[in-house]
Amino acid sequence: MMQFSSPASHPPLLRVRDLRVGFRKHGQVLEAVRGIDLDIARGEVLGIVGESGSGKSIGMLAALGLAPPNAVVSGSVQYLGEELLTKPRREMRRIRGAKIAMIFQDPLSSLNPTMRVGDQIIEALRLHQPQMNARQATQRALELLELVSIPQPDRRLRQFPHEFSGGMRQRVMIAMAVANGPDLLIADEPTTALDVTVQSQIMRMLRELQAKLGLGLVLITHDLGVLAGHANRVAVVYSGQVVEQADVFDLFQNPRHPYTRGLIASIPKLTESGGRLYSIAGSPPALGRFPPGCAFHPRCERAGDICQQLAPPKTTIGGSGHVSACHFANALPEWDSAEARVKE
Amino acid sequence: MSHYIFRRLVAMPFLVLGIVTMAFFLTTVTKGDPLTALVSEQQLNNPEVVAAARQRWGLDKSLPERYVTYVSNLLHGDMGTSFVTKRPVLTDIAARLPATLELVIAAMLVGTTSGIVLGLLAAYYRDSAVDQIARVFALLGSSLPVFWIGLALLFLLSVHFQILPGPGRIDPRMTPPPPITGLMTVDTLLAGDIDGFRSAVSHLVLPSLVLGWAVAGTISRLVRANMLDVMAKEFILTARAKGAGELRVVFRHAFRNILVPVLTLISYSFAYLITGAVLTEAVFTWPGMGSYAVQAARSLDFPAIIGVTIVGGMMFLVTNLLTDIAYVIANPRVRLT
Repeated sequence: MMQFSSPASHPPLLRVRDLRVGFRKHGQVLEAVRGIDLDIARGEVLGIVGESGSGKSIGMLAALGLAPPNAVVSGSVQYLGEELLTKPRREMRRIRGAKIAMIFQDPLSSLNPTMRVGDQIIEALRLHQPQMNARQATQRALELLELVSIPQPDRRLRQFPHEFSGGMRQRVMIAMAVANGPDLLIADEPTTALDVTVQSQIMRMLRELQAKLGLGLVLITHDLGVLAGHANRVAVVYSGQVVEQADVFDLFQNPRHPYTRGLIASIPKLTESGGRLYSIAGSPPALGRFPPGCAFHPRCERAGDICQQLAPPKTTIGGSGHVSACHFANALPEWDSAEARVKE
Repeated sequence: MSHYIFRRLVAMPFLVLGIVTMAFFLTTVTKGDPLTALVSEQQLNNPEVVAAARQRWGLDKSLPERYVTYVSNLLHGDMGTSFVTKRPVLTDIAARLPATLELVIAAMLVGTTSGIVLGLLAAYYRDSAVDQIARVFALLGSSLPVFWIGLALLFLLSVHFQILPGPGRIDPRMTPPPPITGLMTVDTLLAGDIDGFRSAVSHLVLPSLVLGWAVAGTISRLVRANMLDVMAKEFILTARAKGAGELRVVFRHAFRNILVPVLTLISYSFAYLITGAVLTEAVFTWPGMGSYAVQAARSLDFPAIIGVTIVGGMMFLVTNLLTDIAYVIANPRVRLT
């Protein structure tokens, strides 16, 4: 599990600094993403975990210029040193789908129902490789369907999305995403809408392709359990901010934020029968209603007076890029990773 | 699909028979007596003249007899003789149908294209000035009566500013081209008469604008609503994430997906256009089916009324079939069996 690379040895593929996304509503701007810093290296799998509405998806969409028109985006997003947020729309289109590809949560609705599956893949190819003729593009589409293990690809190419199952559609989405040999793939809840058995197939396929093609992979999910097996590094997002970021091993061994601890404790364990599953008390704050100080304090067992007044600083833990935004990052009791709870 | 079309074509004659029957018996419900059209007012009190007229036009026969005679004549291509023009109804209709078709087709083109373009713009630039203007345009189009807009525009553009010609199909000083298709614009072109063509087109502008406006209004609203809906779908995000440009996103991905409701409305608008044509033709003294129908209805000219109804009904049957076929092309999930 030591395949992750430190930022020093490779320049980051994507470097996100102080990314903020707000939405204009009734004359005021409600922030959904409140200053996110992330680095993704080539060949690395970064997991971003958070509850729905935490801003994890919208942040990545905004980074690619895909935020809705009423969104206000600021900060910096650099792809191989090139700033993306200020890039003209035309140039962004050349990067999207070619260098940075994206797949979405619901494969049922993310393919165009009126276009043949083959045509949708071919469209992705020819948008970025206009010199390709129809025959070459079809041939390549066929290879791509084979790459994602879709049986009878020549027949499947001529079919429409409604003739595919959910898992098969997600494979098509993956085929389309890797069509132009991107460096970075952003997968937004890629398995959430799928059956459990299909989920693991899709995850395995994503990981295989990631390793084979040397992709940087951003896995956005609400399920920390998925990341345990697949991510190199994990960023935990709460209320539009990264509250803890660490190598996946460190994160599960030694979580240094009460929210992360809550998430880990909420993962169902096969070894335990009966008893109630742990859940974090309260619910995440609504957009624009973030509490002052540490946004997590109303739900936090450890919260003190300082948490209500002061936003927590980023505390570095150890030497492997483990950062926690908690006033008590170093003062939290020791963690029993085997039991997934605080040592008593 | 060819199976389906075949079945629909087989059903067609029965539907036509239904229309004929309905049209025939509906005329008998009216209280008026067609004799007023056939016999001059002074002679109406003369029983001999009235009886002779009744016999001559077959009005002395019983209703079922008249029906059977009518249907068997129809099978031989005879729609009877108009009480008013005293010419075969089929000849009258053949002379007037192309004028109406030309008007309706032009109005359809004006209405659908401007409706679609406005709807797309209104949806894409939601809540902007374009959206507001499109909204007012649609509201005016569907709320102002055709005869009012017709007269107002005729006065404004033809009489006052003299940008466009007045009523009629072609400049009255010109010799109309020999009728080949009956469509003035086509016939002038076939005759190589460029000035005539220009005149025919400019005469067509106002009536088709007036008639097409309401259609443009309803279509633009429908396109806007459906586009807003479809543009929020995830596959639009997929298309953008692929690097597709906005034009491609709007037309290839979004618009393609709203074709079914749009086609439905277009085919419904066809019904509106046929009825609207009656009033528009009256305002623009357009020698088409509409003015013929009005004339026939006023004078209880039964053969003409039934004839117009049958032809109108058949036009609906054909459009409905074409619409259903277009559905399949527009949406692969529609399967006609």
